[in-house]
Amino acid sequence: MRLEPIANPGLARRIGLPVLALAMTVVCGSLLALTAGADPFDTLRLIVVGAVGSKFALLETLNRATPLIFTGLAVAVAFRARLWNIGAEAQLYAGAIITVLIGTGATGLPPLPLLVVTGLAAMFAGAAILMPPVLLKTRLGVDEVVTTLLLNFIMMLFVSYLLEGPLKDPAGMGWPKSPALAKEARLPRIVDGLRLHWGFALAILSAIAVWVIQTRTTLGYEIRAVGLNAKAAKFAGIPVNGVLVKTALLSGGLAALAGYSEVAGLKGHLSLDLSPGFGYTGIIVAMLALLNPLGVIPSAIFVAGIFVGANSMSRAANVPTYIADMLLAIALLFMVLAILLTRYRVKRG
Amino acid sequence: MSEIFDILLTASFWAATIRIASPLIFATLGELICERAGVLNLGIEGIMVIGAFTGWVAVYMGAPLWWGVMAAMLAGMAFGLLHATLTVPFGLSQHVVGLGVTLLATSTSYFTYRLMLPQVTSPPKIEPFQPLPIPGLSDIPLLGEALFSQTALTYAAFVLALVVALVLYRTPLGLALRAVGENPAAAAAQGLSVTGLRMGAVIVGSGLMAVGGSFLTLSAFSSFFFEMVNGRGWICIALVVFGAWRPGKAVLGAILFAAFDALQVRLQQTGIGAIVPYQVFLMLPFILSILALVIMSRRAEVPAALMQPFNKGER
Repeated sequence: MRLEPIANPGLARRIGLPVLALAMTVVCGSLLALTAGADPFDTLRLIVVGAVGSKFALLETLNRATPLIFTGLAVAVAFRARLWNIGAEAQLYAGAIITVLIGTGATGLPPLPLLVVTGLAAMFAGAAILMPPVLLKTRLGVDEVVTTLLLNFIMMLFVSYLLEGPLKDPAGMGWPKSPALAKEARLPRIVDGLRLHWGFALAILSAIAVWVIQTRTTLGYEIRAVGLNAKAAKFAGIPVNGVLVKTALLSGGLAALAGYSEVAGLKGHLSLDLSPGFGYTGIIVAMLALLNPLGVIPSAIFVAGIFVGANSMSRAANVPTYIADMLLAIALLFMVLAILLTRYRVKRG
Repeated sequence: MSEIFDILLTASFWAATIRIASPLIFATLGELICERAGVLNLGIEGIMVIGAFTGWVAVYMGAPLWWGVMAAMLAGMAFGLLHATLTVPFGLSQHVVGLGVTLLATSTSYFTYRLMLPQVTSPPKIEPFQPLPIPGLSDIPLLGEALFSQTALTYAAFVLALVVALVLYRTPLGLALRAVGENPAAAAAQGLSVTGLRMGAVIVGSGLMAVGGSFLTLSAFSSFFFEMVNGRGWICIALVVFGAWRPGKAVLGAILFAAFDALQVRLQQTGIGAIVPYQVFLMLPFILSILALVIMSRRAEVPAALMQPFNKGER
């Protein structure tokens, strides 16, 4: 078999195939529920109800989506330039560490400037963490997939060290967590009494900002050119390495905001389970969004919904929560296949 | 420093080194085969998890140990088939597919484990491979305990390295595999099936990665628990680069690497361990992997067509 490019994929193809991919995911999910001895329709209903069935569930889903929007954007921006940043997890923790360092110290700043300074410092840290792999890539040609991945492990061990050493909460009863942020360093709730915080609004704003950068600026054009064909871009006079570095700064900064918003908005302190793999899940979010920054928002909410819904379903239907990870992996693989089939036709021979 | 020398002179240190290297050798050889044919297989981490899990389940349900190894290999090959189908004929991004396969294989293992044992907190044990001293050779001081008092699966790892090297460099099949990784267009012009060879390499390579994973449950730890592979797969990818895509050097790399790992565990119990936080020791394997990648990046031995999809219709 071979693949033949389609000059002008129709709307039916461009919308139908991704929808089909999601439908196939639902079919696979039903089969998984069956193997677990549960009723597939009931399982599906419980996931949906658990994700969006009540005001509490919906807000929980949006809360869960917040870090995923940031990491999804980070991945989408990088992948667009074919910069394979798999290290969003490390960048997230870099942002979280800075947030704790500034937020627990007596800075004397009033709340709003403090939050702005902390956010910017977090972005700076996230970008800085991504720099070594990117420089190794541009200078020495070291594949960034493995280096960014390995840095995730190093960062987790560093956080573990901080939480047992310099950043350990003396009042934590031996539990490895940092002291709590000062009140003025916390992102306030959007509506009093509900858990949804301003991190969510910041995530939406970031998505719009990235969309503007990608569609309305020279840098956005250059990122796309480098991603489509780095050699051709170089020939056209685009400073490919410079563009990659700028992309990395943006990507690392966005991923770090996930750590910032989780610490300052939700948890209030740093712990080892701050992120249950938000950095990795960001890859799925970005792919489901077809690397479109605005698409990242619904994509992140969808992915968050599966996690939150599967969690509540698991208790009721006795299906292991790992079904959520399986569903997302299946969705990811079907989706990349669907994207390909919108652009190519499979021919025999 | 004298503490380090004391450790280096004990037989148990070298025995541990070889033991730690064994799963890495299987998985590194598996990845090497994939990459030699031109496919980067980032599914390795998850395929090792599914291998560890499948091997353990098979034995836990009453199969003999070697059947457990076979079961692990078959499971790995199944995920290899998935990876190969998506990346070779369809030419999808090897990065994205690999990470997807890792996530799918890992979550499938965890999901199935929880289905089988819903509430268990301490995982049930199996009777693992026992050390199999080779008569005569195992009595050699130092070397005997290190090399010839291991389990059968460890011996298999070294035999496998020999087989892979022979096949790659001494058989027409090996020549064909290397050709599709270096210059698929020329290989196709010679009448070779690029798609078939690449898919075969990924499937067989993935089977070996899974055997590497099964070493953890069937030979090293005797039970399955979450996070047990813990980045070993990613380290194997670095080891392939470190070994310059050659089986012999890759095995040496795995042993060197395992020696550092065995050393850090022992150093933690010495005076150095009292000063340096244990996390620093745990970071060492990952830092070493990055260093290996940096050092080896200057050499141009990477298969020329690595990560380049081949489509007969184009070019």
